[in-house]
Amino acid sequence: MNSKLDNLLNFHQTALSLSTARQQMLSSNIANADTPNFKAKDIDFSSVLRDALSTNSKTAGMTTTSPMHIRPGSGNIASTQTLYRVPQQPSADGNTVDMDTERTRFAENSIKYDASLTFVSGQIKNLLSVIQER
Amino acid sequence: MSLINIFDIASSSMAAQSQRLNVVASNLANADSATSSTGEAYRSRQVVFSTIQNANKNPGGVKVAGVINDPSPMKQVFEPGHPLANEDGYVTMPNVNIVDEMVNMMSASRSYQNSVDMMNTTKNLLQKTLSIGQ
Repeated sequence: MNSKLDNLLNFHQTALSLSTARQQMLSSNIANADTPNFKAKDIDFSSVLRDALSTNSKTAGMTTTSPMHIRPGSGNIASTQTLYRVPQQPSADGNTVDMDTERTRFAENSIKYDASLTFVSGQIKNLLSVIQER
Repeated sequence: MSLINIFDIASSSMAAQSQRLNVVASNLANADSATSSTGEAYRSRQVVFSTIQNANKNPGGVKVAGVINDPSPMKQVFEPGHPLANEDGYVTMPNVNIVDEMVNMMSASRSYQNSVDMMNTTKNLLQKTLSIGQ
């Protein structure tokens, strides 16, 4: 019974936690807009979401065949698929943060987070209305 | 990994930018100070930013790594009647570049506003998260 509830909410729950991780990355980019040699980071949201849903695990597992093999750290799947942003303009101090790109992505990610919240809320309300049906 | 970390990142950015504004104000105020309590002319100061490295590789904010003296040469102004003129008639004046300081001030205030916007957006998202299902 619990797994049916998990399956219903799984997609939007995964999308929410990935959105949270991406929001942190984008806010770190905006905060470091003046730091010399800082490279802006981001994730490819749709491919990371697909990976997270297919494996349904929180870590990017690697098969190890020997106890001497190194296991990846227990960071979540977004931190293992971080990409660097390609800068549109050269910069004298090596900083690749482009403020309008970062602000746009931040706003877009906020809206997607909001949308996932609305959908999850809608699903829970549906469940509640079914439970309370007389 | 949660949206709460974004408050740390944004507040670190606001603190760093306000320190930068502080240094700009000090430079502008002392742009004509031919002498000081140490007997020398005022030397322009600049802040150095660096990224905060978190232990678990999460994206980090920004901190002021140090406030350094500007290495550019001091201005020598020919003014033989000045009480501080040396034997050639030159007075050592501060190496404050007014245009640089105004640009620094504009950049710092924009970054500060961006951090405030980030904080407001994150606060709204968190409040909506708290009201899931209601």
